[in-house]
Amino acid sequence: MNKKLCIFFILSLFIVFLSLSLVGCGPKAQNKEQVKTIKVWHWMSDREKAFLELAKRYEIETGIRVNFELYAPSDAYAQKVRAAAQTNTLPDIYGILGEKRDFASFIKAGYVYDITEEMDKNEGAWKNKLFAKALSVNEFGQGNSFEVKPGIYGAPIDVTNMQMLYNKDLLKAVGVDPSNPPRTWKDLVAVNRKLKAKGIQGLVSGWGETWMIDCFASNYAFNIMGKDKVLDTIRGKIPYTDPDWIKVFDLFREMRDEGIFASGIVTMVNKTAEQLFANNRAAFAFNGSWCVNVYRGMNPDLNYGAMLPPEASDKYPMTIWGGAGSSFMVNKQSKEAQLAVDFLKWITDAPQQVFLSKETQDLPSNKNSLKDMPMVLSQFANAMDNTTHPNAWGVSEFPVVIEAFDKGIQSIIIGEKTPEQLAREVQQVKEREIAKKQ
Amino acid sequence: MRTKTIFQNYLFVLPAVLIFSIFYIYPFYKVFTLSLCQWDGIARFDFAGNFIGLRNFIELFQDKIWWGAMLQAGYITLIALTFQNALALILAFACDRNIKGGHIYRVIFYLPLVLSEVVVGLVWKWIYDGNYGLLNHWLASMGFSNLVTDWLSNPNTALTCVAIIHCWKGFGWGFIIFLAGLQTIPRQLYEAARVDGASSWQMFKSVTMPLMVPVFILVSILTILGTMQVFVLILSMTDGGPGYHTEVPVTRILASMVDSSRFGYACSQGVMFGMVLLAVSFVQIKLSKYMKQA
Repeated sequence: MNKKLCIFFILSLFIVFLSLSLVGCGPKAQNKEQVKTIKVWHWMSDREKAFLELAKRYEIETGIRVNFELYAPSDAYAQKVRAAAQTNTLPDIYGILGEKRDFASFIKAGYVYDITEEMDKNEGAWKNKLFAKALSVNEFGQGNSFEVKPGIYGAPIDVTNMQMLYNKDLLKAVGVDPSNPPRTWKDLVAVNRKLKAKGIQGLVSGWGETWMIDCFASNYAFNIMGKDKVLDTIRGKIPYTDPDWIKVFDLFREMRDEGIFASGIVTMVNKTAEQLFANNRAAFAFNGSWCVNVYRGMNPDLNYGAMLPPEASDKYPMTIWGGAGSSFMVNKQSKEAQLAVDFLKWITDAPQQVFLSKETQDLPSNKNSLKDMPMVLSQFANAMDNTTHPNAWGVSEFPVVIEAFDKGIQSIIIGEKTPEQLAREVQQVKEREIAKKQ
Repeated sequence: MRTKTIFQNYLFVLPAVLIFSIFYIYPFYKVFTLSLCQWDGIARFDFAGNFIGLRNFIELFQDKIWWGAMLQAGYITLIALTFQNALALILAFACDRNIKGGHIYRVIFYLPLVLSEVVVGLVWKWIYDGNYGLLNHWLASMGFSNLVTDWLSNPNTALTCVAIIHCWKGFGWGFIIFLAGLQTIPRQLYEAARVDGASSWQMFKSVTMPLMVPVFILVSILTILGTMQVFVLILSMTDGGPGYHTEVPVTRILASMVDSSRFGYACSQGVMFGMVLLAVSFVQIKLSKYMKQA
């Protein structure tokens, strides 16, 4: 009797467990009110409040509910989106974090709606409102190396760029006119010598996050050898051992030897770098336009300005990374794809962009929303014409080459490698990857 | 009747087998099949279309950074096996005696273990910081300014700094296991040894050590398996830098998967890493059997 009872108990438990698991996998109950709803996934915890407010306004205006779902940090979000793609559970609107190659994979797998037609409607009314540089990040041109059908696949909701920040008070303290920060590499080195003499740290940045090194180095690569040569290197036509690349690597050697770097820069996360700069512990920072909001939170009295990185060569203009800060894509398989597109049009419209910019201190993606901005933010906005972004180049470097490049620069900074050594190593990795592809 | 009993027995283990199959065997099978493929983790997975045979493994054997990361994990493991476990054993001995406030010490020694690894990593990163870190501040104020350095950005100190924190964070469970082991040793054995005139060292050598061998084996196996997989601490303190100086196998797997979108290669790294750990555990079990017999 006992045995039977026991078996019965185990079987019941098993059935209950199984039923619960299956119920969990089933579709959710339909809302009785049948309110049309769009689901948006994002990772921007700093913008969550503003998004929720916009969702409220949108529901009042159109009767369509927008559910913003935040998944942070961004690494976890990126993984969630990939997993959702595999299980076909992507929301109506989402953002893709990663390189252009990842974006292309999403498109080719059929997860991203082509919004070119929508952009071009009414003589390009939507497209013309947005910064072209921001759009180009979400655009695939004719004959792109990713073999994606040409078109626009995402809408930028803000723009960003990476520049140098300078602390006006610290420059003043060493006798440098804060209205005339260093414009050339020589000036930067000269100013740094004065700073060093007074025990003030030079450049601070989160170079423990290697993409920031990549960004800084490619600014100077564009400045020293021009865009075509940089892209030809990525295409494999020019080796990294080219003298121009060695010049780029040598800038890091020079900065190390001149003591321009703040202590611990190679393992520093950007948050720490931001704290140091905001607390007047370093005269220069290399950071993105989002820093305006960050510094305001850390030290509202910080007296600083933004400038293009000082030019190391007069051959080519200084070009900085910039473009779409964050973009949203519409899920091609969504039943509410059209509603989702309409919402993206609305959120990128001037009133919403002004609201977002005011709330978050980010640069708006809508060209007609650049008003009432803090001075530093306008300095960032004015540099949008100087921007470029790897996602807009049409070609992309092998990730392992990027890793060897960035980690190698860290090695130069810690005095382990020479520029020539690094050039050889990066080229070796590049050749290995090319050989694998063939 | 016998068939019925067998059926019942199987029925009892069925839920466990099912759970084990779903959450362990199937993922392992999946990881192994993926390790034979080239796949970016986004496109629909098609085994036949993505199959590349053993190419990932061949590349992995030639990947100097991977083997460097393995050696670095080995270095942390070596420090954990020696210093961490020695510290745990000494403290377990101390707490095994009837000392005042013994329970408080036990809680204190166990405390680092229950702290979040991310929190520990960030706090120690701040202590080691070259700009406003406590360690440099203390060193300078005690007159050791020549020792002041960027602890985590200096390639000569970064890995050891991480290893020390790993030991500090992890010695608590070794301590608890050692303490439990010590408390299972019958007190009469010590009393008998004492009556025979044995010194403290002789009691340790001839009573404690032989009876603690299984505990030593258990702790060392767990230390190796746990430390080789160290990851969160490194991610929050150095993210593998400067250069590749604090990279460990799990950070490399993550880099292949997230930064390079090479899921197949990441899986081959996972399989290889699993095999290395299995081999180490196998050798250790064999060694410990030999030790027990000796």
